[in-house]
This record gives sequence, structure tokens and C-alpha cells, in this order.
Amino acid sequence: MSDLSNKKPETGAFFQRDRAWHAPALTPGYKTSVLRSPQKALLSLDGTISEITGPVFGHSILGELDNDLIHNFARPGESAIGERIIVHGRVLDERGKPLPGALLEFWQANAGGRYRHRKETYLAPLDPNFGGCGRAITDADGTYRFRTIKPGPYPWPNGVNDWRPAHIHFSIFGHGFAQRLITQMYFEGDPMIWKCPIVTTIPDRRAIEQLIAPLDWANTIPMDARAYKFDIVLRGRRSTLFENRLEGN
Amino acid sequence: MVQELGYRKESPSQTAGPYVHIGCTPNFAGIAVYETDLGSSMVNDKTLGERITVRGRVIDGGGTPLKDALVEIWQADASGLYNSPSELRGAADPNFTGWGRCPTSADEGVFTFETVKPGRVPYKDGRRMAPHITFWIVARGINIGLHTRMYFADEAEANAEDPLLARIEHRHRVATLVAPRKGSIYTFDIHLQGEKETVFLDI
Repeated sequence: MSDLSNKKPETGAFFQRDRAWHAPALTPGYKTSVLRSPQKALLSLDGTISEITGPVFGHSILGELDNDLIHNFARPGESAIGERIIVHGRVLDERGKPLPGALLEFWQANAGGRYRHRKETYLAPLDPNFGGCGRAITDADGTYRFRTIKPGPYPWPNGVNDWRPAHIHFSIFGHGFAQRLITQMYFEGDPMIWKCPIVTTIPDRRAIEQLIAPLDWANTIPMDARAYKFDIVLRGRRSTLFENRLEGN
Repeated sequence: MVQELGYRKESPSQTAGPYVHIGCTPNFAGIAVYETDLGSSMVNDKTLGERITVRGRVIDGGGTPLKDALVEIWQADASGLYNSPSELRGAADPNFTGWGRCPTSADEGVFTFETVKPGRVPYKDGRRMAPHITFWIVARGINIGLHTRMYFADEAEANAEDPLLARIEHRHRVATLVAPRKGSIYTFDIHLQGEKETVFLDI
């Protein structure tokens, strides 16, 4: 674990998830959700040790190019084609505390909107120098960064003319299994965002805006790559102000 | 006016989509960037405890197994300790990760974990929970990851006193969380919707 402080690890239960902020399970505009959404109420459970604990990964799992999608699949001396960008940000929890040692995994289509996957049939070609996956672990202050090319939009069989906006998928591990999250990052100014039936599964416009990364001119590298900043917030956890046993037990 | 609490909102979840394998199990997707897929192995030769196989499918409301789901599990070791920095009761078995990840297969939609049977861990009030494995399921069409638990059919006595199972109001639904055993194999089919719908948790 990269947290070098001598503080005791936190063991509080997580704040209750605001399920009105997240998308509901059933969102018929996104057709696949219709048969894949539970119809019965979720059973609420205040986090036990089975959920407040979770796997933590060391930097030793990372290869040198794991956070460089321009080169991690490319032939020697070559690189992926597309708009070169840096994506960086911090992983924080709802209390604003940075989360060190958080593993992030990212995946995306290439510059033309084509994924390297056997089920993908879009006619845009593969880039022989682009795989589309990467990963990073946050530093002591919760920061992460990776280099990639900006993905293209692509059509998908939902409505007859539905297109995904340019996006990068993120999978994030916090410190407890109940913090586990998968989401998608969108790009500032993309007019496709507001047309997308997957984006609009999220009912609150402010929540959608939380997934849109602004162009970060200050961190753009001249003559090389532009930068986008994407902060991620995972569930906060209660401070164990008073260790309590439930009354009557 | 009062002081502001200053809390942030959690980043909203989005579906993992049909190509989740590219990012989470790239070797399974045929993309050789990492040596192995993370979570593909939970045990080694020295792992303590009873070796078991946990196998199952994720089935949609039409009865069709999902062939593009990703299943993750998290569990205690054989003596009931978690391999996590937040585990303060003792050191877990160093030869057991406690965490596994498996895509459902492209042919029959089956996930498989080679693991050990977990020991019992305490509930918040000190009572012991029955042995269980925590599941997290994502896929195309699932907007936010689904949490559930698998319990073991051959632990009837422990299951009968488990605080979570005791809270399930409709008693016939308890069975959706209990995996039958055959030899060393437990079969845990997860039904997303309908008559046999699995109990999912808000944790």
C-alpha cells in the first residue's frame, strides 16, 4: 500500500449510497437494462466487515507502460494514431479525503471509435498500435495520470441511430469492497453527451456533469499532448467517533 | 444559516458495457499488455483451508445466461480473516488473496472460481455470520454494480443463525443466496429478474 502514514486504517462503515443520484436499474431508453434489472427492492445492510474491507494492490503489479496507452500495445518505435491526450486527476472520497493506493483500470475505443474486441463489428478499422487498456495506482495524495489518444464516438444497436459520445471507461477500487465503482468519463463540449441513452440513465444533470472532464490547458504539454482533468469521488466512510455495539445485544 | 457540511457527491456509476474485458481481463480479450489478468488466481500451493470450486451463471429476466458479465468475489480466508489493511483482528493467510475476478464464458456464460471455503466473521453486534462470499456483478445493461452474497448449503446450522439471512422477509427468497454442493463444487446461479430473482443488497 502506498499510504506511508502511521495512521490506523479506517474501519467505519460507508455512507449510504444516494441511489437517486445514480441511475436506477430499469432505464428502458437503454434497452439492455430492461431484462437485466432487478425488480424487487434491494435488501439494505449497514456495512459489515465483509464490505468495509477490500483488496488493495501494490505498485509491484504495474508494468512501466501500463499507464501509457499510446505505447503499451505499439510496435517498437511506433505509436497509436489519434489526438494525443493526458488524463489525470485525483481519487477522493465524499469527505474530500484523497484515497492513496487506489487501483484504476481504463479501457476505450481507438481514435475511430473501434474497440479491440471479438464481438465488435463496427466497420471503422483497428489501429495496429492501439490495444485500448491501461491502469494506474494513485499516489499518496490520491493523484493518478495516464497518456492515451482521444477515443472516437461510435454507433451501437439500441435505437436505429444511436451513437456513444467519446468516452473512457473507468474501474476503480477504493479501500473497501462497498466502494467498488465502474463509470465512464466524457469530454468537455461534446454535443453527443446529451443525446446518449446511457448517459441519460442518470436522472440528475449535475450528476452527469460530474462525469465530464474539462480541458486542462495548464497541464497541456506544448507540441505533444493536451490534458483533461477527471476527479473521481468514491463513497465516504463514517468516522468511528464512538465504537458502538447495538443496544440490546 | 448554519455551517456547510462540505461533503461531495459520489461519482455516478455507468454500465461496464459489453467490452469490459478490454480493461479488466485484457488477456481474456486477446490483448497481451499485462502478464496475467488480475484476479484470475486466488490460491497457491500453500493456501490453508478446504479447496472448493464456485461456479455459476448470471441469468437475465428472459432466462438467458449473460455471456458478457464480469463477476468479482471477496471473501475471508479459512480462519475468517480478510486480506485487507482494514482487517485489524489479525493477519490473514498471505497465500490467499481473498479477491477474484472472472468473466462469464462466451459459450455457456459460466463463471468459475478456484478458492477456499471461508471461515466465519463477526456481524456488527458480535454475533457470528455464517460463512459467505461477497459477489459484485457488472455487465452491459447493468447501470450500477449488483452486490449479493453466496452462502453454503452444507452450513445449515450457521445459516439458520445468520443475521443477514434472518432479515429476509420473504423466507422462500433465502434459498436464492444458498449454493448447493456436489463434491467440492458449489453452484451459484444468479437470477437478475423474475420469479427466482436473487436477493441483491444495498450495502
